[in-house]
Amino acid sequence: MTETLLEIRGLTVEFDVPAGRLPAVAGVDLSLRRGEILALVGESGSGKSALSMSLVGLNRGPHAHIGGEVLFGGHDLVAAGEKELRSVRGKDIAVVFQDALAALNPTQRVGDQVAEMIRTHRKIPKKQARERAAGLLGEVGIGNPAQAARAYPHQLSGGMRQRVMIAIGLANDPAVLIADEPTTALDVTIQSQVLRLLKRLQADHGTAIVLITHDLGVVAEVADRVAVMYAGRIVESGTRDEVLFHPQHPYTMGLLNSVPRVDGPAVARLPAIAGSPLTGVARPPGCAFAPRCAFAHAACGDAIPPLMQRYGGSAHLDRCVLDRSRDALEVTA
Amino acid sequence: MKPTPLIELEKLRVEFGGSAGRRVRAVRDVDLTIYEGETLGLVGESGCGKSTLGRATVRVTEPTGGRIRYRGADITTMRGTLFRSTRADLQMVFQDPFGSLNPRRKIADIVAEPLLRARGFSASAAREVVDDLLDQVGLGREAGGRRPHEFSGGQRQRIGIARALAPSPRFVVADEPVSALDVSIQAQVINLLSDLIRDRGLTMLFISHDLGVVKHIADRIAVMYLGEIIEIAARDDFFAGPAHPYGEALLSSVPTLSFSPSRERIELSGELPDPADPPPGCTFHTRCRYVVDKCRTEAPLLRTVADGRQVRCHLPLIPLKGSE
Ligand SMILES: Nc1ncnc2c1ncn2[C@@H]1O[C@H](COP(=O)(O)OP(=O)(O)OP(=O)(O)O)[C@@H](O)[C@H]1O
Ligand SMILES: Nc1ncnc2c1ncn2[C@@H]1O[C@H](COP(=O)(O)OP(=O)(O)OP(=O)(O)O)[C@@H](O)[C@H]1O
Ligand code: SF4
Ligand SMILES: [Mg+2]
Ligand SMILES: [Mg+2]
Repeated sequence: MTETLLEIRGLTVEFDVPAGRLPAVAGVDLSLRRGEILALVGESGSGKSALSMSLVGLNRGPHAHIGGEVLFGGHDLVAAGEKELRSVRGKDIAVVFQDALAALNPTQRVGDQVAEMIRTHRKIPKKQARERAAGLLGEVGIGNPAQAARAYPHQLSGGMRQRVMIAIGLANDPAVLIADEPTTALDVTIQSQVLRLLKRLQADHGTAIVLITHDLGVVAEVADRVAVMYAGRIVESGTRDEVLFHPQHPYTMGLLNSVPRVDGPAVARLPAIAGSPLTGVARPPGCAFAPRCAFAHAACGDAIPPLMQRYGGSAHLDRCVLDRSRDALEVTA
Repeated sequence: MKPTPLIELEKLRVEFGGSAGRRVRAVRDVDLTIYEGETLGLVGESGCGKSTLGRATVRVTEPTGGRIRYRGADITTMRGTLFRSTRADLQMVFQDPFGSLNPRRKIADIVAEPLLRARGFSASAAREVVDDLLDQVGLGREAGGRRPHEFSGGQRQRIGIARALAPSPRFVVADEPVSALDVSIQAQVINLLSDLIRDRGLTMLFISHDLGVVKHIADRIAVMYLGEIIEIAARDDFFAGPAHPYGEALLSSVPTLSFSPSRERIELSGELPDPADPPPGCTFHTRCRYVVDKCRTEAPLLRTVADGRQVRCHLPLIPLKGSE
């Protein structure tokens, strides 16, 4: 079960903004294996959505500059033409957008939108596609799916629209499903139903899933591996247990510390990481987290720390210079 | 000190004409009082009518029946200049951070708009308030010159928060205001809201699916199901043990950040109800694990079971007070 489905190498996404070029994704390496759920977490604005959209060329445009490689089935999707991407999109790699309202066509009934996605890649009769569409809407937990299929997007609640998006994503049994905040607008009982559905896809079809979410409880529940992003880069990656329960990078630690727990007493002030995230085009020469890091020292400002193994297992990597000197001493001693 | 009602809803109803002659009654005759200075957390199933109730409370969506009172005055049909100044007191942070921002306008203009229009600020005075707010929500004042599509989900959500807070409102309906934020920025925004609640006496209806967040910000909790309020309780009472079977299932389904999730999870099975055609009797009976015959035919009323605690269930999970 270690077949790599998708290999991302040195991916960069930059946008032209009034102040210059904004490095939304600043060099990401990541591989996705068949049948795994990889959770992508991190700061708001750290480039998670930009990363996922660039995998299938959805944010190409005159003001976007995409570099690096995305290897899928022997092809580089960054270099691929629009025609090739169109045949991959929705069929092999499906993206469930964070922005459900904007992604749905306001003038078309949602059931028809699901059916149309099915018929884009498979030549089956309209009626059959409609039936399958209603079936999918039921699977994502919409009551009376036949009725909901006839509704227009604005007639559905936020969470219902989000589930329509998930149904569109699942329409063609994709090999890779990228789900950007798929359950944020759902209540927890329906959320757990959708998460079970994702788990089932993973187990029965070997679907590889990239789950972008801010909910670390959800990550704990379904993820096999976790990658944490900060300011356009992955700052820590490893298994669920490594990253969530033995975090190494100070940003990951701060993040875990800020989780508003439902199990435990209410607190007057939630712990937050001090300072503001990097929002402008300028980036410091060293660790991007240094200005906010409680452990920062002079060396942190020198150069961007590489993503490397420090204490944990061989696949538990993070970008931090802390204690490397100590490790070096231990090795030579 | 007896709490003063700020917002009183009386039999508030909102209906939508759906497809094929279906009428969805999204809000079904809700009676609810929100007291000055409190934060009322509103939770419930996706599609149960939380946003519609919130929108109708500040008349972003016009109710089809019932009354809304703000500081004792009936504002259900208030119009003209009087309503315009009242409207500035009542603000809304919209659930959809994408659709609710005009794509052609700059962030600074979007946030300044309510100040200029309803509060009569000069452009330069408004600019100062806007800059401060953009800093406070962690976007930075430079963000003012950019347009909505250039921002991430969580960044747009904070633009919406800044816009709602700009005119110094007394009451804010915050509809999933922090759902797109990472937990650290979420903590900062919640702390900011807590400060405003304390310093300015802000009153808030806080709609969220994140029970962890609700636990830390709300004073009282209201639970909705299919257009109705089915439970109201003080925060600690609710988290100690919901009185309604739906609330119980909800709380048990919260994913927790624990190494080995051990709690019993109540899976809601059974048919999901159709909002245009709610089940007879208790609307939750199709999925309730405690259902008895009476639940299928007789609709339970919202009853007081303890001080400050009401529940709409024939068999509440905490004992009824007295005999009734
Ligand atoms: N079209 C665009 N033009 C200019 N800047 C953009 C554009 N899209 C995104 N950005 C910027 O790129 C950065 C990364 O945005 P992205 O949407 O990937 O963040 P994210 O990690 O998905 O955040 P969130 O968790 O809030 O959704 C942000 O600073 C954002 O402002
Ligand atoms: N403009 C509209 N036209 C028709 N039906 C609508 C409209 N707006 C909402 N509805 C319906 O009203 C019901 C309540 O929707 P609402 O958006 O208030 O739910 P919600 O509790 O906020 O859900 P969520 O948690 O998913 O945001 C849903 O059944 C929805 O389909
Ligand atoms: S009234 Fe009956 S069906 Fe409804 S919640 Fe109570 S026990 Fe369950
Ligand atoms: Mg995003
Ligand atoms: Mg809503």
